[in-house]
Parts: sequence; C-alpha cells; structure tokens
Amino acid sequence: MSPALKSSKEIPIGGKIIEPGNSINYKTGDWRSFRPIHDAEKCTNCMICWMVCPDSAVKVGGPDCPVKGKKGTSSNPKLGNYGGIDLEHCKGCGVCAEECPFKAITMVEEKEIKE
Amino acid sequence: MVQKLRKAMTGAECSAEAMRQINPDVVAAYPITPQTPIMHSFSQFVADGAVETEFITVESEHSAMSACVGASAAGARAMTATSSNGLALMWEVVYIASGTRLPIVMNVVNRALSAPINIHCDHSDSMGCRDSGWIQLYSENGEEAYENTLMAVRIAEHPDVLLPVMVCQDGFITSHSVETVEMLDDETVKGFVREHNPVDPLLDVDHPVTYGPLDLFDYYFEHKKQQMVAMDKSAEIIRQVFDEFGSITGKKYDFFEGYMLEDAEKVIVCCNSSAGTIKAAINELREKGEKVGLLKMRVFRPFNNKQVVEKLKHAKAVAVLERAAGFGSHGSMIFNEIRSAFYEEPQKPGMINYVYGLGGREFDPAQAKKIYEDLEVVKNGELGELTRTIGVRD
Repeated sequence: MSPALKSSKEIPIGGKIIEPGNSINYKTGDWRSFRPIHDAEKCTNCMICWMVCPDSAVKVGGPDCPVKGKKGTSSNPKLGNYGGIDLEHCKGCGVCAEECPFKAITMVEEKEIKE
Repeated sequence: MVQKLRKAMTGAECSAEAMRQINPDVVAAYPITPQTPIMHSFSQFVADGAVETEFITVESEHSAMSACVGASAAGARAMTATSSNGLALMWEVVYIASGTRLPIVMNVVNRALSAPINIHCDHSDSMGCRDSGWIQLYSENGEEAYENTLMAVRIAEHPDVLLPVMVCQDGFITSHSVETVEMLDDETVKGFVREHNPVDPLLDVDHPVTYGPLDLFDYYFEHKKQQMVAMDKSAEIIRQVFDEFGSITGKKYDFFEGYMLEDAEKVIVCCNSSAGTIKAAINELREKGEKVGLLKMRVFRPFNNKQVVEKLKHAKAVAVLERAAGFGSHGSMIFNEIRSAFYEEPQKPGMINYVYGLGGREFDPAQAKKIYEDLEVVKNGELGELTRTIGVRD
C-alpha cells in the first residue's frame, strides 16, 4: 500500500491533487492477482511490452541489465533493454503477455508464486 | 452610501436581480418551469450587456450542473437555477459539486417531482437533496430569495466552507407572484459579495492541480469527513454572513425565525411561502387572544438543532409542516430533525407532523387555523396521530 496514510486534516479538500506527478507514490501492485513472468531466453528486447503497458510498469534496463532478453540485446545505453517489471505498480492486467510477439511473458497466478 | 430601493417584482425576478448584481463569471442553465423566468430575466441582462457573464445554454440540467462544476473548478464564480425534475436530472453532478468542494450557488424554484407530472410547488425536489452536501436556504418571499442569493455567495465561497448552496423559493406562489421588495444598490451589493478568490483553480497553470481523481477506501472517507466538518463549520460562517448582511439591510436573519413566538403555546414550524399564510392566521387568532406562533426555517442544512430547541422548548404543542412526503418514514424530513433535536431535552412540547400542499395544493389560513385547533388537543396532553396530512381528500 501507499506510504503512511494521512488524516482528514492533512490532505487537500475535495479529493484534489495539488502536487503534480505524485502517482508514483500510489502503489497499485497489490491489486494484482496475476504476475507477468519473463522468459529471457525468448525475449528479444523489442520493448513492445514497455510500449503497451498502461501503468508504465515495464522498466528499461541498460546494456548490462541482468534480466535483459538474451536475443537482440542492445549495447546502446540510449536504446536500452528489457529491465524487469515494477511490481509495486503492475496491476497484472496481462496486456504485455498478450502483446509480446515472442510469447516471452506469461501470467502466473500470485498464489502459485513462492518467493 | 447604502441605498435601499423598493420595487415590485416576482420572486424569479428577485433571484435574477441578485444574479445581475453578483455578476457571476459563468451561468449555465436549462429551462424548466417554474425556474424559467429566472433565466429568462438573466439572459436579458446578458443580452443587454448588463453583466459580463459567460452564459452557457446547455442541453440538459445534467449538463448545466456539469458546466458549473467545470467553470467553478477553473476558478469562475458559477451559478445556475432549476426546479423539480431538472434537479433530479442533475442529481449525479449535484453530489460531485459538493464532493469536489465547489462553491456553486443554485436557485431552486421548488416544484413537485413526477410522477404524476405536475408543475406546481412542493419541496420534494430540494428535500430530496437534503443529504447531498449542499447548504440549503429557504425563502418566504421574493425579497428573501434575493437576500439569500446574495448571502449564499459569501457563505459558499468562505475558505472554511467551500460548499455549494441551494437557495429555495416556492414555485409559482413566490416565483410568479409580484410583491413589493426592498433591494440594495449595485455598489453596496458589489462590496458585500466581494471578488471571487478561487482555491486551486485549474486555470492557474503555474500550480497544476488534478480535480476528480479516483479516491478509494484509503482516502474517500477522509474527504467525506472533511465535508462533514465543513458543513458543521458553515453554521458559524452563516451566522457571520447573516450578521454582516443584516448590518447593511437593518434586518435580522436567523436559522429559525420566530413570529409571535415569545409567549406562544401552540407553534407551527414551516419553511418558504406558507410562513406568510400562517402569519395571517396568527394575526387573526391573536386578536381572539390565542397564544399561537410560527417558527420559520430559513436554513435546513446545516441543521441548527440547538437553536430549534431553544426556540421551541417553551411551547406546549408544535406542528411541523412539510411540503414533501417522506414515504414510509416516521414523519418527514424537518419533523425528524426537530423531534430528534429534542431527544435529550427534559422539557419538550408535544409534536406532530403534517404533510401539506403537495403538487401546489392550496394552503390557506383556514388550514393553518385547523392545525392550531388540532394543536389545542395536543397541548392538553393527547398527542393523537403523529404523522398527518392536511388539505387532501381522504
């Protein structure tokens, strides 16, 4: 959940957000019931998952990113590679898995995952 | 220099005149009887260049209130007016206005809700909004509608309140009847209502703000708590605004206003135009030596339960009149509030409830006198039926 919850006296009235760009503080990861699992063997770092993610939860990794796809790896730091999923924000919608042309992402039910 | 002007006007014209003097930034409205003459008059002011208002003729009341919400969030002073089914169609956005804490002022010309379809007065429309988070002011006549509209702006926009305000007057009985009214000059009103100083306006691009974001189980309740606190606090602000405006007009405004109340044993409580009818009945009965009085409710939300107890506790019998049916309720809206306010009081009058005047059914002094007759029985300790109707063919 989000950081320390504030009292009714501490927040702006009317549900307004007066500090722009704070949606990063709103953690939506616990809405998720299915988690995207990435297969580096199949991944070509095409970044279509990054493009289609509605929550900007696909991270961009550099040339040395340890979770990057094994194929099509870019050494250009400006282009980037697959960098993992931001699980604090990923809601588990599965759009990345649906859209991946290489079937490199599969959705696994959270209760099946042992950490 | 305060100038008082005496004019002959309908209640609707009184509201329009108040709006002209307020000169709001945005007015969005859709015609509905009996509200139409307010916007008819106001649109003439717009056409004549008497106001600088952006007048938006929308396609429905839902859009009228939506446009007011957008305009108010942008930083404008926004107003509208409606009646009956128009208010019902606005319903969703009525709650959004209060929940977003937008100080919109709306004249409601009370009219019965369908079905069956009816264009005449009762209070089922605004009473249906009693828990919508809007402050509600009621007006006995056109002059009060004028005064309430002016005061509503100051109440709504107070930084400790920031809640929308409904100013109610009776459809046709008040809105379409010409009476002599006392008004203030433009400069005095301009000085009283002041410049609008919006809080977090959307058009302030240097301070970006998001209106209406998703608000779930983690904060929605806190925002509702803020609304409850603001509504409670508004009582204090209403008192201040009443006193300040009273110092200009030389009159006294109150949450509950008594007529011949001091020594009254039998009291009728009501709101809006029936107060005038009851006063006429009281004048006749007082001549015969009957100790009868009236308590007129000017403010329904926030409900001033302490004052209502203070003003009624010396009475022996009280009848609360309601121009709306609370189907299946144990007495209707105002009655419930007042009866509940007396729960802790050791000394309380016998109290009964009348539903009257639905769909514009005439309420005349004879009915008021009949109620005082009924109260004689209550006064003598026989409460009888708690919830009654009057003026209907049983």
